[in-house]
Amino acid sequence: MLKELIRRYMLPEELESVFASSPKRVGTLDYDRWGYNSETSRLALGVAKKIYDRYFRTEAFGLENVPSCGRVLIIANHSGYLPMDGVLIGVALSTNPHGSRLPRAMIERFLPTVPYVGNLMNALGAVVGEVQNCLDMLRNEEAIMVFPEGVRGTGKGYSKRYQLQRFGNGFMHLAIETNTPIIPVGVVGCEEALPMIGNLKGLARMMGVPYAPVALPLPLPTKVTIHFGKPLHFTGPIDNEDKVTAHVNEVKAAISSLLAEGLALREARKA
Amino acid sequence: MNDHQKPCVLITGAAGATAQQVISRLRHDYRLVVCDSRREVSMSPDIPSYHIDLNKRGMEDIFRQYRFDAVIHLGRMSPNEYTRDSRYNANVLGTQRLFDLCVKYGVHHVIVMSTHFVYGAHAFNPAFLTESAPLKASELTMDLVDSVELENLSMIYLWKYPDLNLTILRPSNIVGPGVNNTMSLLLMQERAPVLMGFSPIMQFIHVEDMADAIVLAYRKKKPGIYNVASDDCVAYQRALELAGCKRRALPSVPPGLPRALSRVLGMKHFPHYLVSYFKYAATIDGSLFRETFGFEPRYSLKEIFAHYKLLKL
Repeated sequence: MLKELIRRYMLPEELESVFASSPKRVGTLDYDRWGYNSETSRLALGVAKKIYDRYFRTEAFGLENVPSCGRVLIIANHSGYLPMDGVLIGVALSTNPHGSRLPRAMIERFLPTVPYVGNLMNALGAVVGEVQNCLDMLRNEEAIMVFPEGVRGTGKGYSKRYQLQRFGNGFMHLAIETNTPIIPVGVVGCEEALPMIGNLKGLARMMGVPYAPVALPLPLPTKVTIHFGKPLHFTGPIDNEDKVTAHVNEVKAAISSLLAEGLALREARKA
Repeated sequence: MNDHQKPCVLITGAAGATAQQVISRLRHDYRLVVCDSRREVSMSPDIPSYHIDLNKRGMEDIFRQYRFDAVIHLGRMSPNEYTRDSRYNANVLGTQRLFDLCVKYGVHHVIVMSTHFVYGAHAFNPAFLTESAPLKASELTMDLVDSVELENLSMIYLWKYPDLNLTILRPSNIVGPGVNNTMSLLLMQERAPVLMGFSPIMQFIHVEDMADAIVLAYRKKKPGIYNVASDDCVAYQRALELAGCKRRALPSVPPGLPRALSRVLGMKHFPHYLVSYFKYAATIDGSLFRETFGFEPRYSLKEIFAHYKLLKL
């Protein structure tokens, strides 16, 4: 019933066409090995597109920088206590007028242990952030979203908004190893949409999750802008980890400048 | 070639559905001898059949008498059979005895059927578990220790005695007519347990495809460790739906609760030691076997589940 309603009112033909133009290799029962399911993904895109357009009035800039085919790593800042930024980047890439991509997302290791959430995310194309998974998907020529801040980004709290936290180096190793371009992305607006004002550490420990946010139960309808930067290319060989960290810092700097650009645009529009 | 010139092959675990399929595929080209420790298996007069424990002295008499060219060891007791101790005796000590006899009597090809359960079902498992992935099942439960030990033992013999040409097969869930393992029994149920909020991706292989895989592994003789699985997969709860099972939801949190419920309620078809496999995926990469042996399963997932659905009509 709900599926039928979504299909009828939220899934126009142009969204359906995304799946035809960016097909995933699924089996006879519509699943791939990582749990992706086209039917679930189709319905979710219908709902997410409405949220993207109507609730967050999202605008995406620089979508022409995203290659329309071939493997690519989409590296973004992580903000807000829920990974709404991942959903919005996903919609932006799926409906990219320059060539749609149905992206994958590497998710936090604790998420698959959460009932319903883990399976739903897998069905939408998200996969636990394991090196082997990412490597296999890059070899599959997929577009993969990675948030190298991880829970450090989502759990940092409102007082540290737009301050990039430490980036993990894993994505850079994979990018060099598989010769994959990196698209830096800055997301502005999610920090204000999902502000976390406190963290109930004891409760989080008890529930086995990285943080238990003191926050509003629903996101605020702030305007979100997503800024896609120019592709960055890094080559090996990897002599030492310091060199990798230096490359990671280049990506981090690119994201910082995209964030500054987004924040300046927001201020200019307010003025 | 007259019968005495044909290579002689011992097949253990002959009472199992997979073994029966293997026997029917090999009987015309080879002299077969079969045995099973669980029960007497009645075979046609041209196939000697023994009801014997691999640990018994009589086993050596059988080796002495037939001078086997190859052994296909399908006699691994699965976790739903017997007690933990008996399984350890049969699967680990029994297999060691079998290997020693193979070494002593110059057997030059041994095939061992293991299971994908040895990888363990963990939240962080990659979607393509290759043959080199660590075997983490014994972290989950003591009931799978014998399966992991059997693997370790096989690997020791694989490297220590290259003349045995040992081939270890790790199949995904074997299902289909006559199969009585946990997954097959579960699919036969009217109501099958599911963990609320979890529906891991699973792989299934039809018993006839598995038999074909074993025969290929025997005929091509390429020692090593191989996952045997189709690339196709399905979420567990969708599999139940296709097999015509209604779902009985069990609470999944806290993590110990479903295990406790399975123990307390004595859920034979949803054993406590396999609860993790109904929560997280342990999907294997079967590409090495497919490429090395040119294997392609014939049965689709739809055909596999249709069989179980038909059983309920």
